[in-house]
Amino acid sequence: MKVLLRNPRRELDIPGPRRVHALLNDLDLNRESHLVIRNGTLVPSDEELGADDVVEIRPVISGGSL
Amino acid sequence: MKCRVCREPAIIDVPRHNANFCAPHFLDMCRKQVIKAIDDFDMLTKDDRILVAVSGGKDSLAIWDMLIDLGYEADGLYIGLGIGSYSDVSGDYARAFAAERGLKLVEISLRDDYGYDIPTATRATRRVPCSACGMSKRHLFDKAALDGNYTALVTGHNLDDEAAVLYGNTLRWELPYLARQLPTLPARNGFPKKVKPLVRLSERETAAWCVVRGIDYLVDECPMAAGNRHLNYKDALNKIESQSPGTKTAFYLNFVDKVAPLLSAFALSDDLVLAPCTSCGAPTTGEVCAFCHLVTTASAHEPVPVELITGRGARRR
Repeated sequence: MKVLLRNPRRELDIPGPRRVHALLNDLDLNRESHLVIRNGTLVPSDEELGADDVVEIRPVISGGSL
Repeated sequence: MKCRVCREPAIIDVPRHNANFCAPHFLDMCRKQVIKAIDDFDMLTKDDRILVAVSGGKDSLAIWDMLIDLGYEADGLYIGLGIGSYSDVSGDYARAFAAERGLKLVEISLRDDYGYDIPTATRATRRVPCSACGMSKRHLFDKAALDGNYTALVTGHNLDDEAAVLYGNTLRWELPYLARQLPTLPARNGFPKKVKPLVRLSERETAAWCVVRGIDYLVDECPMAAGNRHLNYKDALNKIESQSPGTKTAFYLNFVDKVAPLLSAFALSDDLVLAPCTSCGAPTTGEVCAFCHLVTTASAHEPVPVELITGRGARRR
């Protein structure tokens, strides 16, 4: 599957199928601070992502002045 | 995973509620949390004239959207900070959101209206970028709310923001700061009422609100905030949260409920020494307020491009 990551913006090819929580674990990303989006739709952590899927892992943490 | 409410397929898991939700019921959960915050902390009434501080990011656009969705009338306030392409893009998102919904967006430009921008202020003051940025925004939010006769200033601070600030202030036992860290700050002499209706929602949830509602927002992080202390606190809290869901909620809401009332004397003592700034009239502890000092220093400095400080900018997604 193709995985779009941010900060810095990059794209990875990762073998599938793979569940969302396993993908985040493999990339050492905390579920609390990321959303996984496939075809514009959120996918929960137990969803299986297919080998042909294109997914975005979107960080949700913002941390400027408050 | 199935939605806790309707048993249809879920789109998001929310571990702190030990629940999963489909899109409609996730939105319902968010609305209920915002309504509860507004009610519990006496934030707003339908008669309030509301000004929402809007950055073009997920939190401020989400709360503006939610307030309109809940039947409030609210205008937006966008401050152009002059942080290179990051500010250009963030302004585009804020303007597009307002235009698509027929909402009023008040705009202030630090460079055009006050003769400086955040990169220049950072270099001129030799302090961390978030210091000049936060001071500028707080001053101008207050001024815009008062000048525009708004009765409430809404900011998009979420549960993660508040928990991280609380964590930092607790590590240092900053009692006056802790005493002021409340979801509602009533109007007082020279300050508008300030409220944070997102304090019961995590930033993962506010981002998810935007995705589900189809709200385009600036995803990229401010290039000048990278590596700041606040982000480190959020990272630490999220590591704890992932092992013990609900910790951030308990940490912050129990502070507000059980500890903040004990600290009120520290907040009041600060009020006693405030007087109008001799330059702009804003409340200050000195003769001239910190914002006016900043304007004097930064506007006299040669403009500094953000790339000279960070070496990078932002792109529209």
